[in-house]
Amino acid sequence: MSADVKLEDVWIRFGEFVAAREVNIHIQEGEFFSFLGPSGCGKTTLLRAVSGFLSPSEGKVLIGGNDMAGIGPNKRPTALIFQNLALFPLMKVWENIAFALEVKGVGKAERRKRADELLELIALPDQGDKMVNELSGGQKQRVAIARALAAEPDVLLLDEPLSALDLKLRQHMRTELREIQQRVGITFIYITHDQGEALTMSDHVAVMSQGVIEQVSDGNTIYNAPESSFVASFVGENNHFAGTVTHVDSDFVVVDTPSGSLRARNIKRDGQEQLQSGDEAMVFIRPESLQFCDNQSFDNTLNAMVERQEFEGNFWHVFLDVEGSSRTVSLSMVNDGSSVVHEVGTSAKIGCNAALAVALPAGSLAAE
Amino acid sequence: MISDRIRQFFVLFFVIGFFIYLFGPLIIMGLTAFNTSAFPRVTPWECFTVEWFEVLANDKRLLEGLKNSFLIGFGVVCFAVPLGLAGALMLTQVKDRVRPWYYTVVISPILVPGVVLGISTLLFWDRVGLMFGASRDSIFYNGFFLTIVGQSTFIAAYTMLVFISRLQRFDPAQEEAALDLGATHVQSFRKVLLPFLKPAIASATVLAFLASFENYNTTVFTSIGTSVLTTVLASKVRYGIDPSISALAVSIVVLTIFGAAMHEVFKRREEAEAKQAELVAAGLQKKKKVQRQWFIDPAVIIILLVFIAGLGTAFFAGTMGVDECKVAVKEQKQAATKKRVEALQKRNRERKAAENAAAEAKRLERSQRTGTENFNTIFSNDNLKPQPGKKIDTPRTGTENFSGIFDSGNLQQQSGQEEEAPTGTENFQGIFSSDNLQQQSGQEQPKTEDANQ
Repeated sequence: MSADVKLEDVWIRFGEFVAAREVNIHIQEGEFFSFLGPSGCGKTTLLRAVSGFLSPSEGKVLIGGNDMAGIGPNKRPTALIFQNLALFPLMKVWENIAFALEVKGVGKAERRKRADELLELIALPDQGDKMVNELSGGQKQRVAIARALAAEPDVLLLDEPLSALDLKLRQHMRTELREIQQRVGITFIYITHDQGEALTMSDHVAVMSQGVIEQVSDGNTIYNAPESSFVASFVGENNHFAGTVTHVDSDFVVVDTPSGSLRARNIKRDGQEQLQSGDEAMVFIRPESLQFCDNQSFDNTLNAMVERQEFEGNFWHVFLDVEGSSRTVSLSMVNDGSSVVHEVGTSAKIGCNAALAVALPAGSLAAE
Repeated sequence: MISDRIRQFFVLFFVIGFFIYLFGPLIIMGLTAFNTSAFPRVTPWECFTVEWFEVLANDKRLLEGLKNSFLIGFGVVCFAVPLGLAGALMLTQVKDRVRPWYYTVVISPILVPGVVLGISTLLFWDRVGLMFGASRDSIFYNGFFLTIVGQSTFIAAYTMLVFISRLQRFDPAQEEAALDLGATHVQSFRKVLLPFLKPAIASATVLAFLASFENYNTTVFTSIGTSVLTTVLASKVRYGIDPSISALAVSIVVLTIFGAAMHEVFKRREEAEAKQAELVAAGLQKKKKVQRQWFIDPAVIIILLVFIAGLGTAFFAGTMGVDECKVAVKEQKQAATKKRVEALQKRNRERKAAENAAAEAKRLERSQRTGTENFNTIFSNDNLKPQPGKKIDTPRTGTENFSGIFDSGNLQQQSGQEEEAPTGTENFQGIFSSDNLQQQSGQEQPKTEDANQ
C-alpha cells in the first residue's frame, strides 16, 4: 500500500516563531520526495507534523486523502526513521525489527519469520540475534529501515538518516535507499540538508528556507532553472551578479551589471515571467557554465584576472577577480588532459551563453 | 627524594588513619560478637564463642523487630519506588520554567529533619482519621501504615534522584520511535522505557529498603506500638546491651559485603560484554565467549574469604568447645576471686593480728612499765584520782592564757554578731536588704496588672 501526502495551507508556530509558513505541497503516492534546506529552515518540523508528533497551528495534513487532525503518531500510516535512528539498545536486532508487530500482538514465531524476511531485504541475513550495539553504522541504518518497514507504513519518513555516516557509506546508502524504495514501492519523504542526497535520490525536491517552500520540482529543474535567488544560491555552486533589467524579450532578459550587460534566461514562476524592465535582478552563472573565451565567442563575456587555481583531479577550479565585481568568481573546467593552465595574475576573458545564465529577482541568498 | 618519601609516608599515614577511623569501630564491634563476656567488649578476652548468634536467634523482641523492619522496608519499596519514578517522569514533562521549582519542592523532604517528618505524619493522619471518624485500631493509627507512609515521604525523593540521573541518559526519540511504530503510550512505557530503567529500579529498590531499614528518627514517632529493629535496638541500649547486638551487626556487615561483591561481579561481567560487543561491531574481533578469569576476580576472592572465615569460625568454635573454655574461665575467675578474697581476708587477719599485738604490748607495757618513773608519780594512777581538797571541775584546757577567747560559747556569740555586722553593703543604707526587695516587688505587682488590664 502506498498513499499520497497533502499539506494544505500549513502554518506551524512556536510562540512568536514561525517554523512553517503557508506550506502547500502534494506528494504523490509511491514517489521519493525530499525536503532540502539549511538547518533550522523548518523541514524537520514539517516532517513531525506529517508523522503526528506535532499538529499544525493552521491548515491540514492529509494522508491518502484522510485528514490526520487528532490522530496520534501511533495511529498514522507513517513510519519515521530518526536522525539518530533511535534503535532500542536493549533488544536484539530481530526484536527491534519486529517491534511494530509485537505491539500489534503478532505471535513470536510469526514475528521472527517476518523479521528474517526483512533482514533478507536489507541484506543482513543471520544477524537477527545480535545486539544493536554489535552492528556497524551502516548496518544499524539498514536495521532502522527494516524496523520502519515492518510496520507496513504507507509513507516512510526519513529525518536525515545518513548524516551520521561517513562519506563513502553515505554514497553507498543513497543507492541502497533508492533501491529499497523502488522495491517496496511506498512513498518516501526524505529530509536532508545535503543537496547531493536530495538530487540523486528524489523524484521531487522541495527547497525550503525559513519556513517557506521556495520551489518544488524535480532535481534537474531545481538545479538548472531555480525559481528564486535562494534556490539558485543554495543548490550547487553559483556566481551571482546584481544589476537592473534593461530589456526583456520572450524568455530572455538583459541585465545591466557593473561587470557589463549580461543576457540570461527569465525563469518563470507559476507560469509567470518574473522580471520586467527596470526590476532589480541577479544573474546566476554556474562555475561549470563559465569558460575561458580563448578564440570562441559567447553571449556574455567578462574581463577577469586569475587569482588562484585548485586541481581536484577531475576538475580544475579557477578563481578569478572579475572587473566590476567585488566577489571572487569561480570557474570549473573538466580535466580532459589538454587544459591550458592559466598562470596566476594573468588577465583573461571568460564567458558563457545566455541559455546557461539565469536571471532572478533580487532576493535573499543562502548563507555560505 | 626525601620530600617524596615524606609525602608518601604522610599519605600512607593518612590512608591508614582513615581506614582505622572508618572500620575500627566495625572491627571492634565484630570481635565483641565472639567474646563470651556478657558485656560487649574485647578486653579482657575470655572465650571465643558463637553463642551470641544463638542468643540473637532466640531474642523474640529483636526478631519481631527485624521481621517488622523487613515488612516495612518491603512496603516502602512498593510505595516509594513507583512514587519516585512518577516524580522523575514528571520532571521530564514539565515546562523548563517550572522545572527548578518543581525540583525544589519534590526534593525538600530530604532537607526536612526526620523527626519533623515523623511528627507531622502522625499528626496529619490523626487529623485524617478524625475526619473520617475512624477508630483507634483503624489504618490511620496503624504503626505499619504510618511508618511506610512517613518514611516514603523522603525515601521517594531519594529514589527520584536515582531515576532522574538515569532518565537524563534516555533518548526521548526512542519513546517517539515506539509510538511511531504503532505502540500505545502504555506499551512504549512498558517495552522501551521500563527496560531501560531496570538498573535504576534495582538501585532505587536497594536504596529505599536500606534507608527504611536503618531509619530511626522518623520511625520512632510513626511506629507507635509496632516495634522495629531500630527502636528495639534503642531500647536495648537503654536497658543494657549484650553482644547479641554485635552478632546482629556482624550478620548485617557480612550480608552487605556479600551483596556488594555480587553486584561488582555482575557489573564487571556486563562491562566486559559491552566492551566485547563494541569490538565486534568495529570488526576488530570475532564474537567469542568471554574468557572470564573468575578466580582472580577480587569480588570472588572477597566472597571466598568471607565464606572461609565463616567456616573457620564454625570449625574453631566446634573443636575448641566453648563450654569447656567457659568453665575454665569461670574456674579461673572463681579462682581469681577466691584468691582476692583470701588475700583480703589474709590482710584483714594480719591487720587484726597486728592490732591485737599492739594492744597486747600496750597493756603489757602499762602493767609492767609505766615509763613515768622520772616524773615523781605525777602520772601515777592514784595521782589521777580526784584528790581531796583539789578542784577538778575545771580542768586545764590549755587556753587559759587567751582569756576565754576560744570558749565555744564565745564563738557562737561572735557568729551571732557577724550575722548583723559586716555584709559589705553598709554604705547602701539597706538598699539591698531582702525586705526591701520584697517590698519593691510588691509595689510592682499592681503595676503589671494595670498594664495587663
